[in-house]
Amino acid sequence: MTQTAEAASSAVLARYEPVIGLEVHAQLLTRSKMFCGCSADYTAAAPNDNTCPVCLGLPGVLPVINRQAIEYAVRTALALECEIPSFTKFDRKNYFYPDLPKGYQISQYDLPLSLNGRLRFEVEGEPASCGITRVHLEEDTGTLHHAGDVLQSATSSLVDLNRCGVPLMEIVGEPDLRSAAAAHEYLVRLRQLLVYIGVNDGNLEKGSFRCDANISMRPRGASEYGVKVEIKNMNSFRAVRLALEYELERQVAVLDGGGALTQETRGWVEARRQTVSQRSKEYAHDYRYFPEPDLPPLRLDAEFVDRVRATLPELPAARAMRFADAFEGLVDAGVAAKTAANWLMGDVAALANEHKVPLHASGLGVEGLRRLLALVETGTINAPTAKELLGELYVSGGDAEALVRDRGLAQVSDEAQLAEAIDAAIAANPDAAADFRAGLEKALGRMVGHVMKATGNKAQPQLVNRMLRERLAR
Amino acid sequence: MSSTRSSITELAARLRAGKTTPQQLLAGAMAHQKRVEPQLHAYLTSTTELAEQQAEAAALTLAEHPDSASPLCGIPMALKDVLCVQGVETTASSKVLTGFRPPYTATAVQRLFDAGAVCVGKTNCDEFAMGSSNENSAFGAAGNPWDVERVPGGSSGGSAATVGAGVVPYALGTDTGGSIRQPASLCGVVGFKPTYGRVSRYGLIAFASSLDQIGPLALSVEDCALVFAVIAGHDPRDSTSDPSPVEDPQPALGRGVDGLRLGVPREYFGAGIDAGVRGCVEDALHVLEAQGARLREVSLPSTEVALSTYYIIAPAECSSNLARYDGVRFGLREEQPSLTDMYLRTRAAGFGDEVKRRVMLGTYALSSGYYDAYYRQAQKVRTLIAAEFASVFESVDALVSPTSPTVAFTMGERDDPLSMYMCDVVTLPANLAGLPGISVPCGFIDSLPVGLQVLAPRFQDARVFQVANAYQRATDWHATRSPLADAAA
Ligand SMILES: [Zn+2]
Repeated sequence: MTQTAEAASSAVLARYEPVIGLEVHAQLLTRSKMFCGCSADYTAAAPNDNTCPVCLGLPGVLPVINRQAIEYAVRTALALECEIPSFTKFDRKNYFYPDLPKGYQISQYDLPLSLNGRLRFEVEGEPASCGITRVHLEEDTGTLHHAGDVLQSATSSLVDLNRCGVPLMEIVGEPDLRSAAAAHEYLVRLRQLLVYIGVNDGNLEKGSFRCDANISMRPRGASEYGVKVEIKNMNSFRAVRLALEYELERQVAVLDGGGALTQETRGWVEARRQTVSQRSKEYAHDYRYFPEPDLPPLRLDAEFVDRVRATLPELPAARAMRFADAFEGLVDAGVAAKTAANWLMGDVAALANEHKVPLHASGLGVEGLRRLLALVETGTINAPTAKELLGELYVSGGDAEALVRDRGLAQVSDEAQLAEAIDAAIAANPDAAADFRAGLEKALGRMVGHVMKATGNKAQPQLVNRMLRERLAR
Repeated sequence: MSSTRSSITELAARLRAGKTTPQQLLAGAMAHQKRVEPQLHAYLTSTTELAEQQAEAAALTLAEHPDSASPLCGIPMALKDVLCVQGVETTASSKVLTGFRPPYTATAVQRLFDAGAVCVGKTNCDEFAMGSSNENSAFGAAGNPWDVERVPGGSSGGSAATVGAGVVPYALGTDTGGSIRQPASLCGVVGFKPTYGRVSRYGLIAFASSLDQIGPLALSVEDCALVFAVIAGHDPRDSTSDPSPVEDPQPALGRGVDGLRLGVPREYFGAGIDAGVRGCVEDALHVLEAQGARLREVSLPSTEVALSTYYIIAPAECSSNLARYDGVRFGLREEQPSLTDMYLRTRAAGFGDEVKRRVMLGTYALSSGYYDAYYRQAQKVRTLIAAEFASVFESVDALVSPTSPTVAFTMGERDDPLSMYMCDVVTLPANLAGLPGISVPCGFIDSLPVGLQVLAPRFQDARVFQVANAYQRATDWHATRSPLADAAA
């Protein structure tokens, strides 16, 4: 946005509040399609080659549910903190279109696979979150290729059913988003999450991750929603942001001009940078949903849900939130910010990954880490010793001070105690000593290493460094 | 002796005794079909080439493994034209499917083929199995082998007619509201509808998915049981097919009814049931009583709302199941400049009146604003009907009643849909509840057959065979030959 557009926009936002909800359709990375054995990877095949009687909707064939798709959808639902009801079913959504061979899409209507979740993200550095109404499963449609722009004016159209029946997950967000920027961040985080948990490849351009938006405007302070407009055809994150910004201003212009908004579906036309009306409410479909009689209802027991939960890696959002919590705790307790960040992002993150246990749930805990770092800070132990203890405490827990005391791990900072080791190191490395004296600074490292090894890593490195320099300078 | 109107059991014995061959049985069936078909019109498609191949293969199997071969091996049969056979035109008696050759075979059919069945053709039926007289076939109705001016019943009318005429000893039909049992009753043969979920629906062109079930029409209860044993059982391609093991129906056949409690639903003998039919069925009840069955009058009060419930649920499902006939991919297409016009013209030209009526009814029942009043309400009543049956089955082992309120009526006689819908008033409650049921011949009125219906609890298909066979062993109605079975060249 230009400076002036931004200023205009913020003036508008002082008077009106946008209410935005996003609906995402994500293709699942299963091996086969939702209800048949065809490959879910439809892109490589020649048109209509990746099909069978079931996904072609031929008379007499029946759907069979893909278990992996159920598992992926449940995994997603859990990652989005959704409830998973024990009973769910599929329904038929009826409408005629050439890319829908059965004349209905198998989807989920009143008893979806999951509901009431939440996605956490950040907008301009501030934590934000958006409710997830539901995550449900359905099947993708085929694709049409028109001789002309749209079906209605095309002289001919070709139908390709390779994509038809690919498992599609619909993630419906609550109308909790209050700006185009928030919608953008929500979408970026959701895509990141789906890719991270391995259920979707996150490709907006190819359409494996698609987004529709519902947007309305209401005067600041109002509690009722304004007239809702649905926006489609946004094929990139940028398009989502631009389309929402455009629509937001269009709606305000209508309202300011004393006009009324129509409940309608509008398409984003990238080339014109505009949304264009596609269908108004009077022509809205009546999908005549009813329970799919070819598929018995599904019972997802707790055991199944737990098994899926166990396959879930620690989530990027949750991990980031926990990292922030731990960091804050350490800094508040007096640990230097740089030290805290270095340890959290380095050794602690590595251990969390290795053991699949986050810091707060480990034997160490945030408080244990603070105490361990305090021992380093006060010079009681050196960093290598702390790193060694960290791994042990992370897994088994325990008191850092007691361990240091019992095992005699406190670092040696007495010059008399170190003198013998220093002399031995110089004697054992005559070449390095000569190099250092000749001005080669890094030759000192070899002798420091020798001293550390000789003292079981307990020597205070800075002291060793200083003493070596003193001896070699003589 | 002619092979026409011989049972599977008789033919299987003759094949093993070397008195005939599958090829000879096929030739006999084809010859008889040729004689009666001009009057009967029971077939839409002959599958001579397929039958010849199957007969040859069956002969080999019988020669090599006469003892382990299925009793169905080498026996001619026919399939209702809603059942898909790979490469064979399958139309469901609808113009909209003209020229459709499915690239797959229905599971139930494949199981018969694997057992050595010899398929002579695809039989006539009401369009998409919607009807009770066969008059809704887009290709003209089949006749009744007892009087070709009369209807064979429906929707599996062609299957009932060809078995009744003695062309083949058995045929497969489908039953959504009585479509096996009612034509069996009108054609004087035995027709069995299995428990919903017992036989795979894969490859059956759907009318109403939650009600449709494939079953046999044959000359005896024993033959029905033989066919059922082959086609029943779980199919991973039909998620509504039940995974539990199938009870072998054979032991039940000889069990008799001594001590069995048979319920006589008051409502199934009420108004609308022809007095002659009622008389025949009451005689049949005495036959069962004489064999030790204890009869008890029971009540199924929801019967009066079953018909309207059925005519919401079945059309609702059909309106959705038939959406795929849009001219885009297969079957009939009426070329038009716009997509909408192509849809409209294709479906207007492709579907007959009854199909259109049900598609409209179902679309209406599912529409926004009407769903709760119609579809949802109907589902509730359906649950109630099933519960009522379950409650009655706590005090009786099976139910006995007429199958059809009347004997076969004259073609064109019932020209309003409602009087036609009444044909299924005592058969369709079993579909709503998913129960197994059978119709066996139990007498004649003016040389037209009457049927006795036996119903049992879900998955007690064997119980149905037990009662029906006990009746059949005590009577010889089922052995009476129709005029067409005796038609000479
Ligand atoms: Zn497929």
